[in-house]
Amino acid sequence: MIQRTPFANALTYGVMIFGFLLLIGPFIVIVSGASQTFQQVNAIPFSFVPQDRLFENMGAAWSRANLGTAMLNSFVMASLVTVGKVALSALTAFAIVFFRTPLKGFFFWMVFITLMLPLEVRVVPTYAVAADLFQPVRFLIAAVTGFEVSVDWNLLNSYAGLTLPLIATATGTFLYRQFYLTLPDELAEAARMDGSGAIRFFIDMLLPLSRTNMLALTTIMFVYGWNQYLWPLLMVTDPQYKTTMMSLVALLPSDNGTPDWNVTLAGSLIIMLPPLIVVAVLQRWFVRGLVATEK
Amino acid sequence: MADIAIRAVRKSYGKNPTLHGIDLAFASGEFVVILGPSGCGKSTLLRMIAGLEDITAGEIAINGKVVNKLEPRERGCAMVFQNYALYPHMTVAGNIGYALKVAGVAKADRLRRIEETAKIVGLSDYLDRKPAALSGGQRQRVAMARAIIREPNVFLFDEPLSNLDAKLRVTMRAEIRKLHQRLSATSIFVTHDQVEAMTLADKLVVMNKGVVEQVGQPLDIYHRPASIFVASFIGSPAMNLFDATIDVDEACLAFGGTKMPIDRALAARLGARQVTVGIRPEQCVVAPEAKGVSIKVDFVEELGSGRVIHSELNGHPFAACVDEQTRVRPGERTTLELPLAHLHLFDRETGRRIEIDLEPRALRSSASQPTLQAV
Repeated sequence: MIQRTPFANALTYGVMIFGFLLLIGPFIVIVSGASQTFQQVNAIPFSFVPQDRLFENMGAAWSRANLGTAMLNSFVMASLVTVGKVALSALTAFAIVFFRTPLKGFFFWMVFITLMLPLEVRVVPTYAVAADLFQPVRFLIAAVTGFEVSVDWNLLNSYAGLTLPLIATATGTFLYRQFYLTLPDELAEAARMDGSGAIRFFIDMLLPLSRTNMLALTTIMFVYGWNQYLWPLLMVTDPQYKTTMMSLVALLPSDNGTPDWNVTLAGSLIIMLPPLIVVAVLQRWFVRGLVATEK
Repeated sequence: MADIAIRAVRKSYGKNPTLHGIDLAFASGEFVVILGPSGCGKSTLLRMIAGLEDITAGEIAINGKVVNKLEPRERGCAMVFQNYALYPHMTVAGNIGYALKVAGVAKADRLRRIEETAKIVGLSDYLDRKPAALSGGQRQRVAMARAIIREPNVFLFDEPLSNLDAKLRVTMRAEIRKLHQRLSATSIFVTHDQVEAMTLADKLVVMNKGVVEQVGQPLDIYHRPASIFVASFIGSPAMNLFDATIDVDEACLAFGGTKMPIDRALAARLGARQVTVGIRPEQCVVAPEAKGVSIKVDFVEELGSGRVIHSELNGHPFAACVDEQTRVRPGERTTLELPLAHLHLFDRETGRRIEIDLEPRALRSSASQPTLQAV
């Protein structure tokens, strides 16, 4: 029901502006705080007017938290998570939707059930496996061969350790499955009649048709990978593999140090930028994909 | 060019049997139409020939070679789907040429063949368009071009015209017919539309509930339907069917107070039994009183070229086609003559046709022969 009365309009705008301020408020604090001097940022009341010290503060933050390495690590991690997740989801859903296998339903539900177990819930067992890859199968190997495997092979302090557990979740698979199910069966049959095999069909039909889907998932996964905090904290002890989220702590003023929040805020701004850029760039493609529907 | 043999083919989905042993043979170059109501298994049969469905039992041979285990691409069939199943992200040229691309045909060669094929179906100006920018008829043509370019031995059509509007359907029907004459590949066309079936077929296969009811030339099937199902399914408006009994003592066909005399020897041969009598609406004739059965007109359909009278006979709906000169109004009574020569008799228990000529040819010329008497 759409009502168009002056009162309803005013109310709608009121709610909209309130929501907008609520969402943009913290961001304004960051931008204005990051561009102020030490005195300005600590003045009471806080001034929401941006000043001219942005780049100086950013430079200070960059060197204080060693953001160069951290940004690179985070970028590699987020990219690997994105690529791995998109590839894995597309292929898993392909297997689940387009092949007639007896245990299809079982496998789908096994994948689906992991939706209920986010990384935070299974963090302890996942860490145990990552810290000692043979652990789950050691007793099996011992039972079968009689040898105790004493090799300690782990994923701690590596990109593999940072990304693999994040890739192995069901969200993307589910998204792809729903998309594949909307494609008519005849499309696969027509391709089969034209002589195309399964892999050919995947590359020639599914990949181009799911472009929109893929960009949406890329956007979501990049931000997800970039924002990971708990998992890198557990996996990484070597400063070489530190990610930006871990560096945030280093940006905070120390307990008895000078409260230079302007530098902290400038650092946060730097860390926020990459996902912002990814969203901004992909958003365009995402919308274009939605508008120029090819079905 | 290929002949097709279907031997004792069965299909079940889990425990539900959908095809109960089909035996058919199609000659090379024939245009076969498989006709049946929805759910009769006709599409399943077609998809089994294409290789898209497994064959539960029996075998299918194309050109003498059993293809049960072969992949669709190895069977030499091309298929046109009901919803066309065009590749939405490819241009018309991409759609038409995809099979060649998969087969690894060189690009120059491919483009040449795409253009040739597009010319056949009249799509030369649309090669760069995406399917979304085409009309229904054009999409249909792309689907056909995609089949033609592969130069298949067998064309399979799965209700390809049912998504088109009535006028386009007639045009495309003619085009498919012309195309068949030009390419003369064996074609199998599945439809539930009996007009399509009658106009296209060299050989017509009527299916119902997973069995073949009748195979033959369209006119043969029209004139001599082998069962009550075929009689009611072929022809529009549908054949009138009503119950009657053979009275051997009085030598007549008795139904609802009417007695229709028949030859005494014939009656004796038929024996006293329950039959279903069929007559096509276009073969009923409006007659003077006492020469036919009296019916009450329920309503009249105007067709322009004539009209269809709807009424009831012996508890069954009854239709009769009359010419435009015959004026009848709803609620009036009129008399219809049912010529013996055009009556079909079916065994009421088995539903099969009783092969008998109710009006032997020798008698047909005598004008004085009363065909029907109201009692």
